[in-house]
Amino acid sequence: MRRRPLRLLATITLAAAAQSAAAEGIGDAARGADLFKGQCAGCHQIGNGAANRVGPRLTGVFGRRAGRVDGFAYSKAMARMGSDGLTWTLETLDPYVANPRALVSGTRMNYRGLPDATDRADLLAYLRDFSDQPGNIPEAEPTARKTDPDLDPAILAIQGDPDYGAYLSSECATCHQADGSDQGIPSITRWPPQDFVVAMHAYKQKLRPHPVMQMMAGRLSNDEIAALAAYFAMLD
Amino acid sequence: MILNRRHFIGTGLATGAVLAAPTVWGQAKPRVVVIGGGAGGATAARYLAKDSDGALNVTLVEANPVYTTCFFSNLHLGGIRAFDSLQHGYDRIGAGVTVVHDLATAVDRAARTVTLRGGQVLAYDRLVLSPGIDFKDGSVPGWTVEHAEVMPHAYKAGPQTQLLKAMVQAMPQGGTFAMIAPPNPYRCPPGPYERISMIAHLLKAGNPTAKILILDPKEKFSKQALFEEAWGKYYDGMVDWISPEFGGGAVEVRPDTMEVVIEGQAQKVDVCNVIPGQIAGKIAALAGVTDDSGWAPVDPATMQARADATVYVLGDSSAQGDMPKSGFSANSQAKVASMTIRGELLGSKVFAAKYSNTCWSLLAPDDAVKVGASYEPTPEKIASVESFISATGEDAALRKATYDESLGWYAGITADMFG
Ligand SMILES: Cc1cc2nc3c(=O)[nH]c(=O)nc-3n(C[C@H](O)[C@H](O)[C@H](O)COP(=O)(O)OP(=O)(O)OC[C@H]3O[C@@H](n4cnc5c(N)ncnc54)[C@H](O)[C@@H]3O)c2cc1C
Ligand code: HEC
Ligand code: HEC
Repeated sequence: MRRRPLRLLATITLAAAAQSAAAEGIGDAARGADLFKGQCAGCHQIGNGAANRVGPRLTGVFGRRAGRVDGFAYSKAMARMGSDGLTWTLETLDPYVANPRALVSGTRMNYRGLPDATDRADLLAYLRDFSDQPGNIPEAEPTARKTDPDLDPAILAIQGDPDYGAYLSSECATCHQADGSDQGIPSITRWPPQDFVVAMHAYKQKLRPHPVMQMMAGRLSNDEIAALAAYFAMLD
Repeated sequence: MILNRRHFIGTGLATGAVLAAPTVWGQAKPRVVVIGGGAGGATAARYLAKDSDGALNVTLVEANPVYTTCFFSNLHLGGIRAFDSLQHGYDRIGAGVTVVHDLATAVDRAARTVTLRGGQVLAYDRLVLSPGIDFKDGSVPGWTVEHAEVMPHAYKAGPQTQLLKAMVQAMPQGGTFAMIAPPNPYRCPPGPYERISMIAHLLKAGNPTAKILILDPKEKFSKQALFEEAWGKYYDGMVDWISPEFGGGAVEVRPDTMEVVIEGQAQKVDVCNVIPGQIAGKIAALAGVTDDSGWAPVDPATMQARADATVYVLGDSSAQGDMPKSGFSANSQAKVASMTIRGELLGSKVFAAKYSNTCWSLLAPDDAVKVGASYEPTPEKIASVESFISATGEDAALRKATYDESLGWYAGITADMFG
């Protein structure tokens, strides 16, 4: 999958005015609209009132099982992939559009593929606009790519900063009370830092199954986890 | 002009900002006024005061002496939670926050002042608006806010919640409860459907032949598969969801005769819960920071209003992108805003914004589900970068654990807001 070079923040910005956005959108939807017209519109419609044509309607494709549009006769191969659990997301649409047969060997989609990663990203950004919006349906598929905390040099630069630990911890306080009381969510204050770090990594690596904590830990770098462990260890 | 410069030294404050404000003579501490003491505003006020150690002058303006949480108000409707457990005062909010119980009636952005109904004028260097929602006029034909005593919305918790519950309890055996569900976007996407579950639970015990009708302008709603599974499992045959395809969309109500009109057919109902279309709390529009949509566009990295960088808009009132309008979201946004404001006024460190949200819904006693996501700012909006949702068919132990977790969250967020 495409990765643009990480935005290098030489120094972590101290002034709000200089702050820059972290995540990247999927791509350029306006450019994607043109690509759709050129590459897909011959067989597919998208948008309100789109109908099945040679290919199925692509409205709402993000988050949908493969082969599940009512009234469209799919190939056996596509129907089987849907039953196996293939769901259309950024991660699955990208290889399908790159080379349909590589993902679904017997697909009837007679399309040679779009080799350029930037083209695909822009096209997918356009398609994404016609699926559920997370503001209304929070479980809807993401609309941007997550920054990888372990690769972000800006985060490495502020490691061990206690102010940073305090800021990060404010996100935890919504559920884990700072005074250490446990009313349905475990207390995380005054743990030995080592235990804390191990627990967080178990969520980050999805060894512990809890989805909220997998998500919280998954967006933290190793250094951030260490900072939090130190911060919570000293709370009383 | 005689100006005592001594007071400005060392505050890190732009002198221009101070000069622009009228009542500043002789005062050195930068002033932040927060309007709305709910999920966004109370959190912001507390974090601003707590993290700046008295270096900021923080005033919280809240119309009501007591805040009733919308979150868990559906559990009250279901008979699972006492009304007073939803109520929180401001006495523990902490030193450093001056609470003024009054209604803000005007904002003069040029002069940087807020006027209160009582006549008081508050000057600010930074203004935080977190006034929640108001209802859109004409959203449901036949209904205006004046009809809320007959057809309650119960979408701002308080007396409306109690009224709706009393009406459900007074329903005749076998009667009909109708909900006019709201169009997108509105606060708490799963809220109306959790409410249906809780009302069904209440009726199942005392009025098992009653019927529930949801008239919905939306083709789809959050956690739909989970709600539909639960309605079949616990409240079989009681709940009827009518999508726009079957006339649920363009419904008219007649408060005088307690009728709803679906595709031209008038139907008598016993209780009608009208949840209208929504817009930002009125003061946001009065401050001139909303756009044609009725919401206030903000900078996704800071929550600053696109219209004015000295004004921050949090929670339901903001148009920020992918975050659902929820108490959790408002609380999360408040932390980013207060960090940014401290950075601007006091020169403290500012880190990259991180946001998250989780919303739990109770389907039946001890059976809860959740949906959540994490978010990052892009230049255009706050974007969802990862999400999860409970699965259908989960076992009872997991659902119970999810419910217990929601109790922990309620305790955590209310402590985070009110101290
Ligand atoms: C039935 C229901 C269930 C919900 N369940 C959940 C849930 O489980 N989890 C969740 O996270 N969210 C839930 N929510 C959503 C949540 O309540 C809101 O999204 C959240 O309260 C928004 O916070 P806010 O700060 O924007 O506004 P609010 O919390 O509404 O606070 C606004 C405050 O501003 C005050 N105010 C407004 N205008 C003025 C003025 N001019 N002057 C002075 N004061 C003013 C009001 O009195 C109010 O106290 C639910 C909502 C409903 C209706
Ligand atoms: C020549 C016609 C044709 C073109 C061009 C074409 N498709 Fe398809 N597409 C199809 C057909 C036919 C299917 C059904 C495949 C099957 O059943 O195996 C399909 C299926 C799909 C699916 C799976 C839908 C589902 O409901 O599971 C997606 C996604 C898709 N196409 C995207 C695209 C995109 C994006 C483009 C442009 C880059 C494109 N297609 C170009 C004919 C086409
Ligand atoms: C939305 C609520 C929520 C938020 C926000 C949250 N947590 Fe948790 N956390 C939980 C729940 C629920 C559990 C119990 C999970 C389980 O059963 O594995 C938990 C468990 C943990 C544990 C393991 C506790 C134990 O006893 O094994 C640690 C450590 C932890 N969280 C740290 C954090 C940190 C650090 C943050 C902030 C970056 C955070 N959490 C944010 C809900 C939350």
